[in-house]
Amino acid sequence: MGGLDSDMVLDENGSWSDRIMKASLTGHLEDPAKLLEGFDVKMGIERLTAGYGKRNAITDISLPIIKNRVTAIIGPSGCGKSTFLRCLNRMHEVLPEAFVSGRVTLDDVDIYGEDIDPTDLRRRVGMVFQKPNPFPTMSIRNNCLAGFLLTGKKVRYPEEVVESTLRKVGLWDEVKDMLERPGTYLSGGQQQRLCIARALAVEPEVLLMDEPCSALDPIATARIEELIHELCSSVTIVIVTHNMQQAARVSHFTAFLYMGRLIEYGDTPTIFTRPKESLTEEYITGRFG
Amino acid sequence: MKLLSISRKLLRIASSKRRFLNSLFSLGVVLSAILVVAPLFIILVSVAIKGGRALNLDFFLSLPKAVGESGGGIAHAIVGTLFMVGTGLLFSIPIGVASGVFLATTSNKRLSAIVRTSADCLAGVPSIVTGLFVYALLVVPFKRFSGFAGAVALSIIMLPTITRTTEEVVRMVPHDLFESAIALGAKRWQAVFRVVLPTAGRGILAGLIGAASRAMGETAPLMFTAFGSHFLNLNPFEPVSAIPLVIFNYAISPYEDWQQKAWAASLVLTFLVLGGIIVSRRLVYGRFG
Amino acid sequence: MSRRRFSSDHVFFSYLTLSGTSIVAILAGIVVVVGLQSRENINRTGITEFITGTTWDPVAGIFGALPAIYGTILTSLIAIIIAVPLGFGSAIFISEFAPPRIGVVFSVFIDLLASIPSVVYGLFGLFTFAPFMREHVQPLLQGAFGKLPVFQGPPLGVGFLTAGILLSIMILPIITSVSREVLKAVPTPEREAGIALGLTRFELVRGVLFPLSRSGLFGATILALGRALGETMAVTMVIGNRYEVSSSLFAPGHTLSAVIANEFTEAGTPQYLSALAGLALILMGITLLVNVIARILVLRITGATR
Repeated sequence: MGGLDSDMVLDENGSWSDRIMKASLTGHLEDPAKLLEGFDVKMGIERLTAGYGKRNAITDISLPIIKNRVTAIIGPSGCGKSTFLRCLNRMHEVLPEAFVSGRVTLDDVDIYGEDIDPTDLRRRVGMVFQKPNPFPTMSIRNNCLAGFLLTGKKVRYPEEVVESTLRKVGLWDEVKDMLERPGTYLSGGQQQRLCIARALAVEPEVLLMDEPCSALDPIATARIEELIHELCSSVTIVIVTHNMQQAARVSHFTAFLYMGRLIEYGDTPTIFTRPKESLTEEYITGRFG
Repeated sequence: MKLLSISRKLLRIASSKRRFLNSLFSLGVVLSAILVVAPLFIILVSVAIKGGRALNLDFFLSLPKAVGESGGGIAHAIVGTLFMVGTGLLFSIPIGVASGVFLATTSNKRLSAIVRTSADCLAGVPSIVTGLFVYALLVVPFKRFSGFAGAVALSIIMLPTITRTTEEVVRMVPHDLFESAIALGAKRWQAVFRVVLPTAGRGILAGLIGAASRAMGETAPLMFTAFGSHFLNLNPFEPVSAIPLVIFNYAISPYEDWQQKAWAASLVLTFLVLGGIIVSRRLVYGRFG
Repeated sequence: MSRRRFSSDHVFFSYLTLSGTSIVAILAGIVVVVGLQSRENINRTGITEFITGTTWDPVAGIFGALPAIYGTILTSLIAIIIAVPLGFGSAIFISEFAPPRIGVVFSVFIDLLASIPSVVYGLFGLFTFAPFMREHVQPLLQGAFGKLPVFQGPPLGVGFLTAGILLSIMILPIITSVSREVLKAVPTPEREAGIALGLTRFELVRGVLFPLSRSGLFGATILALGRALGETMAVTMVIGNRYEVSSSLFAPGHTLSAVIANEFTEAGTPQYLSALAGLALILMGITLLVNVIARILVLRITGATR
């Protein structure tokens, strides 16, 4: 906990603790101010509603994403977790007939504002997908640099970027002698770590992870969880997972979504041991989903 | 398959009438298979034998001699064919590949249905009618036949094939590759150009080679656009010869020497076209067939 | 974070859309241009006269398209009658009889057959097949069935029958490959039910596969018909170039595309040219109609876009 500026949290005019109390469905956060004491809010979600055509995928969600911590989004299949995640980097709107309403702020700036360029946003808020997908026509080295190669942005010292990001994800020693091989040459777990390296290379402030381990075996999963642990001190992480044990292991804060609504949000230990909502408790104990 | 062996046991119990009918049927099927493939060999063998007689290095490198004189070759036709197919590709690649990408990526269902149907109909237009169209547009106003008009006719003929094969191949590129590129901050055109198209590259190339090979064999549209010529002509705005034109003109001529050359030219043309188709298949399937 | 108003994305996707619409424009252009070209002749001759007239006399300015239409349809029909059973049979061979390896090789051969240029078929037809018909097949047929009106007349080698058979070889690949797709689309449960009942292969095909693929096969036939109708070079070289309607299959005749191919460069007067354009318009109309029907049918069955 802490050492960070807590003014933001306790500020009187629409402090985050207040906003959560007013807008969130739970209203059960006993002492939001205390909960968020000493934390910085990196991204704020207020009354977010999104869906396709006439159908809502998520309705009226409000919660904070705490800086340099891991926030887990859990819930049964189809509850809107992925849609929620995709609203944070404006990927949702790329789909046909998609709509979004509400406010999502990054460092207090509304990312859906008029003069915000979504492509710029996506460099600051990166994403890793469920199925590892290195670009097949690029080498391992170029996959790391893809964020620059694809957008035409210049990178000063490419070899250093490649080495440092591969070291961060623990791949360097394994692949340093085969950087020119295609990205698809690696095993599933290695590919996913490569995808994380690729996302990290552009130095995002937030990293969104959509069930990053569900296509991987347990050993690879463990390595990635370890990686998440190491990364979160420098990057804010939001992870969607259907694996509750993983959420409990890896995150500091947890949000439970059900049928597109936020049922409960709190710090992970509390959510998993003394959840306030009965629905949360039922899900955690495996009675459904 | 277990079911098959059970049915075979039942067959032995079956009446001889059923067995007889089945044998008759099987015979008929095998016969039709043979009848379908036999012409391929008969034609290829005829062309190889009759064409081989007149084939020599001179045939490829020299120009036609006057009627009555022996010797001479079809160098002018080879150059003409390569020129017109190549130039045709220059027109049909930007339009065809782009249309294919359009069909594969657009969400405008109405327009894409119209475009797709038009491409299918265009593929069904007899090539002689296409030739007439180009004649009216590019030959009549300028009062001269030209290799350029021939190239345009060929490009229209290649267009539907290129469009459809590009669409199929681009559709097969997994959508999350596109999404990963977007998530890294690439604009949509960057994602298409630098990830989707290279990934589909092989298939698109195969489609191009396939279309070009078929265009090489087209005769009818060239008859009133390029018209044909006895001379090697490097000026695209004059009549130009092509291998299929030579075959046709020599075949219906009364001179045996020319008829011989028609066979030889057929050998060359068939070789080129079949070769192109085989290369195109190899690109797609990785090995012969 | 900033945003430019007129983004590069806009430009790129406008380019894509423009390319797509240019295909529509080209198709429309062909219809319009050919239509306009044929107007002159239609004005002078009149539509009914043009379609039903049997004389083609450029010198006198009389243009009747009927013999050409007749030839086109007749040769295509002959081709269909021969190619459909053979094509379907081969498709059954690939899907029910042949081990997978052979099936693949077979399909490759079919593809190669489809790739041989039309003019090479024509050359083969003119110098090898027509003489073969003239010296062996036609006398045989005449000997056996000489009384029938369809086998009258001197065996010339060239003519409707030869052209029809040559055409059938050329459309075999389409029928085979589309039939193959249609057979593949027969749901496995139905197929296995048939096998489990102890049906012989023949009974399986007759009772289960054929009924279920009937409309798809019909679509394949129509598709092949469209191809046959538009075929030019091979037919031109073996049709005999006689502008006459005849009931005999041995008789030489003409087809729409053969007339255009043969006479285009000789068309001196504007009306002559316009008449040829009129033939092209009829040809295009027939083939477009047939193709559209075919694609609707095949689309519905295989569910794929072909």
